[in-house]
This record gives sequence, C-alpha cells and structure tokens, in this order.
Amino acid sequence: MEYLKELEYEAIYVIREVAAQFENAAILFSGGKDSITIAHLARKAFFPASIPFPLVHVDTGHNFPEVMEFRDAFANELDARLVVGSVQEAIDSGDLMEQKGKYASRNMLQTPALLKTIERFGFDACIGGGRRDEEKSRAKERFFSVRNDFGQWDVKRQRPELFDMLNGKIHKGENIRAFPISNWTELDVWNYIKQEQLALPSLYYSHMRPTFERDGLIWPVSDFVRLVPGEIVRPRRVRFRTVGDMSCSAAMESGASNIDEILYEIENAQTSERGARIDDKWSEAAMELRKVEGYF
Amino acid sequence: MTNGLKLRWNYGKWKDTFNMKDVLRIAAIGSVDDGKSTLIGRLLYETKSLPADKVEDLIRASKRRGFESPDFSLLTDGLVAEREQGITIDVAHVYFQTPHRKFIVADTPGHEQYTRNMVTGASSSSAALILVDARNGSLLQTYRHFFISHILDLSTIVVCVNKMDLVGYRETPFRTITDELSSFAVRLGFPKAKLIFIPLSASLGDNITTPSRNISWYTGKPLLEILETIPISAERNTLPFRFQVQHVLRSKLPAFHDYRGYAGKISSGTICVGDTVTVLPAQYTSVVTGIDVAGKRVESAQAGESISLQLSMEVDLGRGDMLVKENNMPTIARSVEARLCWLTDRPAKLRSRYVLQHGVRRIRARLDRVKSVIHPESLEEANTSETLAMNDIGDVTLTAAQEVFYDPFARNKANGAFILIDEVTNDTAAVGVFIS
Repeated sequence: MEYLKELEYEAIYVIREVAAQFENAAILFSGGKDSITIAHLARKAFFPASIPFPLVHVDTGHNFPEVMEFRDAFANELDARLVVGSVQEAIDSGDLMEQKGKYASRNMLQTPALLKTIERFGFDACIGGGRRDEEKSRAKERFFSVRNDFGQWDVKRQRPELFDMLNGKIHKGENIRAFPISNWTELDVWNYIKQEQLALPSLYYSHMRPTFERDGLIWPVSDFVRLVPGEIVRPRRVRFRTVGDMSCSAAMESGASNIDEILYEIENAQTSERGARIDDKWSEAAMELRKVEGYF
Repeated sequence: MTNGLKLRWNYGKWKDTFNMKDVLRIAAIGSVDDGKSTLIGRLLYETKSLPADKVEDLIRASKRRGFESPDFSLLTDGLVAEREQGITIDVAHVYFQTPHRKFIVADTPGHEQYTRNMVTGASSSSAALILVDARNGSLLQTYRHFFISHILDLSTIVVCVNKMDLVGYRETPFRTITDELSSFAVRLGFPKAKLIFIPLSASLGDNITTPSRNISWYTGKPLLEILETIPISAERNTLPFRFQVQHVLRSKLPAFHDYRGYAGKISSGTICVGDTVTVLPAQYTSVVTGIDVAGKRVESAQAGESISLQLSMEVDLGRGDMLVKENNMPTIARSVEARLCWLTDRPAKLRSRYVLQHGVRRIRARLDRVKSVIHPESLEEANTSETLAMNDIGDVTLTAAQEVFYDPFARNKANGAFILIDEVTNDTAAVGVFIS
C-alpha cells in the first residue's frame, strides 16, 4: 500500500472512532496546516454526511490577520460550526492576566482559555493535529490521550494502546484528546496537501514582511511584541513553517513560493520544523510542561 | 533560501520515489539499560535524520548532564522524568527514511513496571529489535519481551548484542547470548529463519550503518542493511474478508437522500461491488452495491482501507456488526479460549466482568477460568492460579454475553486480538489473542 494512503486510512479510522465513541466531540482548529489537514480528513471520513464536529478555535487576540480571514472562510466552506474561545475575554473578565516584559506572550494563556471552552461546551473529546515527530514530548502521545477533570496529561499513567483498538471510555469530567495524524511527519503533511490541493493561509508561502532579529530568530513585527533598543526593523523575504500567534512564531528566510519548493526546502532543511517556535525555547521541557497543564 | 533550485527539482519524480517506499514498523525492546534509546538515537544520527538544531539541542542537553560526547538516548527520552532518571518510561515514536524504505520506530521502556508501554509499541510493529547487554547476557526481561513479541506474532526479531566495546569485541559473549536465545526460540516455536543476531555498539557506532572493523569475526550485514531488507508481509489481502462496521453514515444532502453507508476499515481480505456478504450476528445475506474509499467511488477495496459500503437491502446493521463472505465464516462462539497479557496493577479476578473490545465491538465478558500462568523464561505453566497479576501471561477461558466472531490469532492477526477494559477504572486491563 502506498505510504500516504496508509496514513490517510489510519487517520480516517481514528476520526471515525471519535465520532462513534463520543457524544460531543470537537476539532481543535488553529488555521495551521495540520488542523486544515485534519478537517479535510474529517470531510472524507464522513462523506457524503457532514462533519459531525464543530471547529474550536482558541483566539489569543494576537493572531496573524491572514489566519483569521482564512479560518472564517474555511469554516464557511466546510459548513461547520465555529466555536471561538477568547483569551481577550478571559483577560477582560479578570480570569487571566497579561504577561509582562519583552517576551510577553499569550501562548501560556491559551491553555486556560482552551480548558474553559471545553468545560463550557461540555466537549468529551477534542481532535488535534499534534504529530509525534514534531517534538520530543509529543513523540510520547497516544492516539487517544486521557485528560483528567483538570485537563491535565498524566504521562506516567497513559493507557496502553494495542493494535488499532482505541479505548475512549472515560469518567464524567474527563476528556480525550485524539491525534489522528500522530504518525505523519511534516513532509507527509505537505505531500498530502499537494496531492489533495488544499488551500493554506498565505503566510506559509514566501512573502515580504517587516521583521527584526531576536535571539537568533526572525520575529514578525506586530502590535503585540515590544521592540527593545537596538532591535532594527527590516523587510525580509520569509515564510512561516509553523503558525502560532504573532508573539510566539518566528519566520524563516525563504523564497519557497509554492508547495514543490517547500517540499524541496524541507527535504534539505538544516533546522527542524519547530526550530522557530519561540514558545518551545522557553526551556528544555517547554512543550511537556504546557501539555501537562492541558495544552494539546 | 531556495532560489535557483527550481530547475533541479522535479516533484513528480520525487513523489514517486517517496510514495513507492514501503514502511517497516519496528519496536526496540529488551531490558533496562541495554541501550534501546541510544541505539535509536544512533540510527537517527547516522542516517542524517537529525536537522542541525536538534543535534545542537542534543549536545547542549548532554553537556548540561555532564556528558562530553552526545548522549543519544536524550533524543527519544523526551519527558522530564525520563531525562532526570536516564530511563525510558513511555514509548516514543520516531520516523526516519533511507533511500530504500521508511521506518516508524517505537522506542519502548525496559522496566518491568512499564511493560504495558512496551506492549503498546510492539503491537503496532511488525519487527522487533531486542537489545541485550553483552556483559550481562539475557535477563528475565529479555525473555519476557521475546515471549510477548512471539505472542503478538512479530514477523522478525533482530537480537542486537549491544555494548560489544565493553567486552573487548570478543566473540564468546556474543555466542553465549546467541545460544541462549536460539534455544529459547526453539522452545517457543519461533521460526529460526526469522531470528537474526548482530553484535554492535550503539554508543560508539559499531555495525550500525557500516561494518565494524572492531568486530571482524562477524560476517553478517550491519544493522541498517538488515532493517532495509526485512520482508514486509502483505498476506492480509489473501485472508478471508472481515469488516466491522465502525459508524453508519447518513447524509442530509438532497443528492444522497437515501444514502446509508457502513463505514469501517477492512480488517482482512478484499471486497468488490456485487459481492454477496453475510451480516453477523443476524446471519442474513445482502449484496454490496457501492464502495467509497475516502469519499471516492471505487469498484473494489482491500485490507487496511477505510471505506464505506452500501448494501442492496435495508438491513439492521450497526456499530460492531461484522460483514463476511458466506463461504468463509469466522469462528462464532460465546465461550472463548485466549492467551492474555495482564497490563494493569489491579489483578484479574475469577468471575469478574470486563468489557471485551474486539476491534471496535464491545461486549461484556466474564473471566471463567485461569488455566495457567506461564513463566516468561522457563515457559513452565503453573496451573493453580486464580488470578493474573500485572505483567502475567496466562491462558484463560472467557464467556461473553453475546457471540464473538473471531479468527484464531495465529491465522488472522487483524481479527484475532482483543482488549479487556476494567469497568471500574476504565483502564485497558489486558491484551488478548484468541487461541482456538
């Protein structure tokens, strides 16, 4: 069987298990390439029926405008319900507090906002686009990952997962994070996007943008990041390899303006996919610590 | 920057080679500290599967822990607790490719306490690398993992006798381990042709991707070459047709007004439009009128494909029901004999009820008899037990509330395995294979 087909069948199987085992599941949708791939796979899994899940977006208020536009158009075209959890609202109501300093980011505030949204809508399962090859703690994930009623991930007590049998039985208050594209690599995702001709937000492709350098990374200039003296704004030809919000996603210099060029670039890359994720660089275990608290 | 590269880059050609590659799923198993994570890290490093920033992270993290040369185990021991203690707690999956093949590698823990995670990694693999420390020889965990790999029917086992540098690259320790495990394989009934032995040093890189000059008495291939040539079986297609309904699809679109699709993944065999199928448990027949694969109409489909089927008759057919062909029925029984590997710290109790999940179908089942508990090294059967404790392997009789439609695991893996779920904790308590 062709490799990409094998991965596609596996992902569809997992997505259908979510629909069958849970009453109120959702797709976590960031507008990035992985969640777009998930939504597309869900469309295929249930065709000609419609996708039985809403799309959930946790809006940090610091998003790339291109991604927000894309999100709305995509949900519309998919005929899917869009549920938005807002970090700004939580800050305004006093539930969360803005970070301070030059590294202030709303990335850490995303998790409590996500958990609140899950609780408010009573979701018992959330499908995410996390992949094991992205990051070393994600490499430890199951297809079905149990979260306790505080949304936390207990890495020492993960359920065994045997063959392709998925055990999604949970107690009231617990929920499941499901990762259908666990076994896909970055290259697999792009190859699939090419094959299925999926549209992506424009910032995945080479474009000119005002940027500045900090800690060896190229940051996009935005209203959400304060420059410190000595940091010089300069236009650069860049693209983004992963898309978080504007205060945690660094760009890479690139002239890759179509998928073929991106595939070539990844095949020959000297840095890893999340090498430009500012939120992973906070500490050696930055991702695991966020996941333990309820990040996906 | 990718400027100027467009001329040399041909997507079509690249995609062909990319997609034509087959995938080998491997699990690295064996006892604690025998070097599984180090071996996987070394493989990634030597196949140049690590981008420069990951190598830098590795060197930085190694230095922080006082190591002068890179500690390759840090590549897959990604959890804080694992790095703190220098052990593997849970399975890490890593991905790499060579010009010949793609690999999905499960790096599994060696601690007895985390055997359930080893089983997780092994159950999704078709080959195993068993690591053995050349200084210590085969340990109880080595035998246990070998035994479990045999129960799960992994097609090939490569015994990697590791840390050869620490025994002066001498042949004797290697031979001792080869003899021990060869005779164990005979007692298990594991075919000799599927058992490969290789001496290596994961930390120094002997016999990983190139033949080691330090081990000139070894005439076999280096590890990577072995992995690139292990045969991958495609026998699932030639087995009888087995299809469990996962989910029923109904459409609100006007064009699909009467559409009712039975969605699922084909466990084994093939199906064509026009085939007559028997519906279990109801035992009536119907004809396949349409097959969709991932939203596309097709005439036929094969094992492993996620499809949706349409049938000629309106039938009562829901999640967990099975479609088969009438001349090739599975075993149908309520009382089943199985071999279990107990995975949770709440021991199995006679006459307790569990949820038996066979594929996607869940039914209640009662543990009626523990016939024997098998010692993983001596393979001696103790017949007096009334219970299975965590990590015990035993043969049992289960009685299900409804009939189970299964094949003996030895004949059909995809329709021959199940799990038991503890209804109190919701944990997956055991993995089982149907024996007869």
